Formats: sequence, C-alpha cells, structure tokens
Amino acid sequence: MDFVGAYAPAHLKFLLEGFVVTLEVAFLSIFFSFLIGIIIGVLRYSRIPFLSPVLAVGVETIRNLPLLLIIFFTYFALPEVGFKLDKFYAAILALVIFESAMLSEIVRSGLNSIEKGQIEAARSSGLTYTQTLWHIVLPQALRRMVPPIVGQFISLLKDTSLAVVIALPELMNHAQIINGQNVNYVIPIFLLVAVMYFVVNYSLSLVSRRLEHKHT
Amino acid sequence: MLDYSILIEHWDMYMQGFSNTLKASVLALIGSLAIGTVMAVFRIAPIRPLNWIGAAYVEFIRNIPLILIVFVFFVGLPAIGIRFDSFTAGTLGLTVYTAAFIAEVIRAGILAVPKGQMEAARSSGLTYLQAMWHVILPQAVKIVIPPMGNQFINLVKNSSVLGVIAGLDLMYFGDLISSETFVTFDVYIFVALFYLLLTIPLSLGVGALERRLAKSR
Repeated sequence: MDFVGAYAPAHLKFLLEGFVVTLEVAFLSIFFSFLIGIIIGVLRYSRIPFLSPVLAVGVETIRNLPLLLIIFFTYFALPEVGFKLDKFYAAILALVIFESAMLSEIVRSGLNSIEKGQIEAARSSGLTYTQTLWHIVLPQALRRMVPPIVGQFISLLKDTSLAVVIALPELMNHAQIINGQNVNYVIPIFLLVAVMYFVVNYSLSLVSRRLEHKHT
Repeated sequence: MLDYSILIEHWDMYMQGFSNTLKASVLALIGSLAIGTVMAVFRIAPIRPLNWIGAAYVEFIRNIPLILIVFVFFVGLPAIGIRFDSFTAGTLGLTVYTAAFIAEVIRAGILAVPKGQMEAARSSGLTYLQAMWHVILPQAVKIVIPPMGNQFINLVKNSSVLGVIAGLDLMYFGDLISSETFVTFDVYIFVALFYLLLTIPLSLGVGALERRLAKSR
C-alpha cells in the first residue's frame, strides 16, 4: 500500500474534480425529480380517472427496476431508437426517471398524512379543490416531507456512482482511473473516496435527523 | 414490436442470469440477516464499546455507495492478495451493504418491544442473551417482516451491480446478449421484465402485509 503516492496532490485534485461532477449530477437530478415527483404525487393523490391508475403502474414499474438497468437504458438503448444523449445527460435522465418515481411516493404519503378534516373545512369555507391543495394541504405536507427527501438525496448521491458503468467522469470513475496506475494505490484511494462520500452523506443525515426532531 | 426471437434464442442465458440474480440475492439476504442481527444487538446491548462498533458499522456503510464496497472486494482486497471470483465478490459486497440497513430495521423492531418484557425476562433469571433470543427477538420478528421485505426488494435490485464486475447475473447476461445480437433496446426490456418478475410480487406481498399489520393495530 502506498499512501504517499496515492495521495499525491494531482490525485487529490483529480478526485475533487470527480466529486464536483457527482454533486452536480446529484443536485440537477434531485431538482428535476422533485418537480416531477410533486406533479406525479399530486395527480395520484387527486385520483383522476384513467390518469392516476396509469401513473400508478408507471411509478410501480420504475420503483421495482434496478437503477443500473435504467442507466444502461438511457445511455445504450435510447440511441437505438434515435434518441442519443451525452453521458452526462443520460446519467441525469436515468436518475430523474428513477428518483421522480421514488419522490412521488414520498409526496403522496405526505399528502395522505394530512387529516381529511382540513380538506373538508377548507372546501366548506369556499376554497376550490386546487386552492385547498395549494394553500392548505401542500404547505403542511411539504414540511413533513423534508426528512424523507433528504434521505432520498443521500441515496441519490450514492447512486450517482453507478454512472461509473457509462464512464461518467464522477468520483468513482476518477478513483478507478487512479487505481489503474498502480495496484498499491487501490486501498488508500478507496478509503479516501469512502470518507468523501461518508462526510457529505453523514452530515446530510444529521441535518435530516435534526429536522425530524423539530417536527415531532 | 419487440423481437421475441432474441428471448427464445437466448433463453438459457436469460435463465442463467435470472437464477444467479436470485442466488446472489438469497445468499446476501441470509448473510446480511446474520450480520445485521449481530450489529443491531451490538447497538442496544448495555456495553458501550459494542454500541460504538454497531453504530460505526451502520453509519459508515449506509453512507457510502454499494458499488464502492463491491469494488473493495473485487479490486481492493486482491491488491493485498485476497482474491474472490466475481460472483463471490459481488455477493459479499451486497451482504456487507445490506447488513447495515437490516441492522437498522431489526434495531427498530427490538426497540418497539415494550421495555417491561426485557425486565421481566431478566428478573425471572434469564441472562441478557437468553432474554434477547427467547423473549425479545421472537416478538420483534413480526414487526420487522414488512420492512425486511422492502430490504429484500432493494437487495434484488441492487444485485444488478454484479453486472458491473462480470458477476454472471441478469445484467451481465443482458450485456452479453446485446453484444452478441447488436440489439440493446429489446434485450434490456426482457432483462427488465425478469427483474419485475421478482420484484413486483414481492412489492405486492409487502404492501398486503403492511395493510394487515396496520389493521391489527
């Protein structure tokens, strides 16, 4: 094991560059997933005939598939039907598809956790269904959703590492490139990479735990 | 329209991948149940250093990517002379990773058993381990079955990382078939269907159990 050689400044810089891509992909993905997740969650909650059941089938299908398969799909299979994406966007598309399904379930159970009496009260005081949803149900539900969403973001940060299969230049990919130079680097590099993921994710989980205590 | 001749001509490969995915998932489940139970007991046992070991294991492993752990078994340990074949390395990685989540599920289950149970068992002369094994764990099992089912679903999905290290699972054979046929789209649709064949019944089962448990409360 060669800790000194493995932790050469050039390597550290290279790993950091990878981590920036990891964070970038994670942030962009959670942002779009959150928007789509809210839309799907609200539509499913509203029990619209035909649309809600179709969304239910879609969400359940995606949730029951491995993310790795979805990444393969957006990068290798979509070009076959004339939809070619760069690695970066293929990875984000796959993550957004998967995470939107996950987040929509969080949104839906958040909405379901709001007591029915509140909706009845809002409706009987003259608000329309959309107004009730927007002003009464969503704001309360969103607050309850924060801890599980942070949890989902931690998963997402870890899951970006799967994009190593399409050689997206994120943290795992950069680690593997350094490892390829010298077998004595492998363990020190994996150790450092693990610590990098751990520090960010553990901090996030502490934030999430604190928020949970605040609300209960 | 999907090209079903791919499925028919490569049926044996799909089946081999399917059975290896199932095998890796079941083996990893058994292994992670064992490690997870030990870690959960460590975390709540009245011995400080054990608490630390349990907490360190769970918090560290839960916050790093699965693929990193698999790489440690597949690339890291061979660097210091410990070698595994790819299927074993993948299954070991899955086991170590899933154990951290299962430990949390079991811990929550144990904590859900009223405290008086432990006190009663201890005061009637059982040792801590006896009380845990004969009194607490059997009651915790009922509570943890639905979340455990969810962990098994995740495990089946996560077993796809074996494909990254040529671990002979469904993903790996999907890769192989697509490089033989030069077809990607259809090949992976069939791979997806095989995964759903495992995960959808599990999801429905877990959902039904959760509803039943919610009713009995």
